Amino acid sequence: MQEKGVVRMCLAVPAKIIEKKDQMAVVDLSGVQRNVSTMLLPEAQVGDFVLVHAGFAMQIVDEEEAERTNEALRELNIID
Amino acid sequence: MTEDKDEKGKIADFYLKEIDRLVTRPIRLMEVCGTHTVAIFRAGIRQLLPEKVDLVSGPGCPVCVTPDDYMDQAIAYAERDDVILTTFGDMLKVPGSKSSLGEARAKGADIRIVYSPLESIDIAKENPTKKIIFLAVGFETTAPTAAATVLEAQKEGLTNFFVLSAHKLVPPALRALLADPQVHVDGFILPGHVCVVTGEEPFGFLPLEYHMPAVICGFEPLDILRTVYRLACQIQGECPAVENEYGRVVKAEGNPTARQLVETVYEPADADWRGIGLIESSGLKVRKEYQSFDAAVAMPIAIEKAARQTACRCGEVLRGIVKPTQCHLFGKACVPEHPVGACMVSVEGSCAAWFKYGSGRYSYGRG
Repeated sequence: MQEKGVVRMCLAVPAKIIEKKDQMAVVDLSGVQRNVSTMLLPEAQVGDFVLVHAGFAMQIVDEEEAERTNEALRELNIID
Repeated sequence: MTEDKDEKGKIADFYLKEIDRLVTRPIRLMEVCGTHTVAIFRAGIRQLLPEKVDLVSGPGCPVCVTPDDYMDQAIAYAERDDVILTTFGDMLKVPGSKSSLGEARAKGADIRIVYSPLESIDIAKENPTKKIIFLAVGFETTAPTAAATVLEAQKEGLTNFFVLSAHKLVPPALRALLADPQVHVDGFILPGHVCVVTGEEPFGFLPLEYHMPAVICGFEPLDILRTVYRLACQIQGECPAVENEYGRVVKAEGNPTARQLVETVYEPADADWRGIGLIESSGLKVRKEYQSFDAAVAMPIAIEKAARQTACRCGEVLRGIVKPTQCHLFGKACVPEHPVGACMVSVEGSCAAWFKYGSGRYSYGRG
């Protein structure tokens, strides 16, 4: 997602945690895997949908929200 | 899908009718989040709303409110041979008083775009002879990521990683706006992702001290319509409150861990906002205990105080006093390819959004 165009600081998107080790997790964001830090959200677990911002999981969100927000961001051309 | 769209259309119609019914005088609502600015344009919400509801953009884009002096300082660091600057990509085109980071990079400065501040840690490890400076810019959502990076650098024992802090805090900026007699607002559309960290409490002064309606808002068109509807309810019922219409993401208490990390590394400080000026306790500076990671303290650099004079009206645009097209430079000397003011730099800046999506019905003036 961020490889295309300018890397913006304000982008925050929901993604599913598929792996977690220490303070890092692997998230799936519409099929793309990305490492994120869980330092700001230590309670996040595998299977949770989290709001990701600047490489950090910021908050646990529900799955429905994840889908809706991704749809909204796609409509805004903010993610692909 | 069609059914879903029909359903959404019905909900939108309901909100629009209710807003029209509830609003009995011209009102003006301000959003303070660049992502809202773009979402409102993209969904054509201004055109949908009755004319008596005016939406204006406040200082919600962190790139836009970063002042010349900070950019000059960043450029001066970047020009040093022993420095690698790491930054979010949208800072590159922000004008300083003489040039921009983009221009410095074209002349050979080592400036690296990062998605996460944590990438600076790897760069610091790979380049032990260089000093890595991360441009720590952004509101409450971004500050915890920079704070966490400082703590990580400390844990790793790094001595060549620094931050140059220009973080900004939203609530003090709203206070400053409300104290400004030129600014007229009847309610705030609060920034959803800032509230993910802050929670509701820091905005409680709006209804309590200023009798000002405020609603925490998500980023879908229906979220925004529902927020306008709730603000209309509060205004009509004269019952201002902080309402959370983005509860599926924003918890009332926010993210206490994130706030704790910010509190550990940073302390509040007066901060200069581009076009607005100094606002008391509206920024964050690195605490004494972490000064060895503060570029401004560990490796101070003298810059001349910026004295750039242009006809740019960013300051008034950022406070919702004038619309972008009221600036003589807009669309002429100032376009996204060659921005004069920062509001034209970020895709989330008011001027850039206005330029990209067209003005539509976008009346800022109140008579």
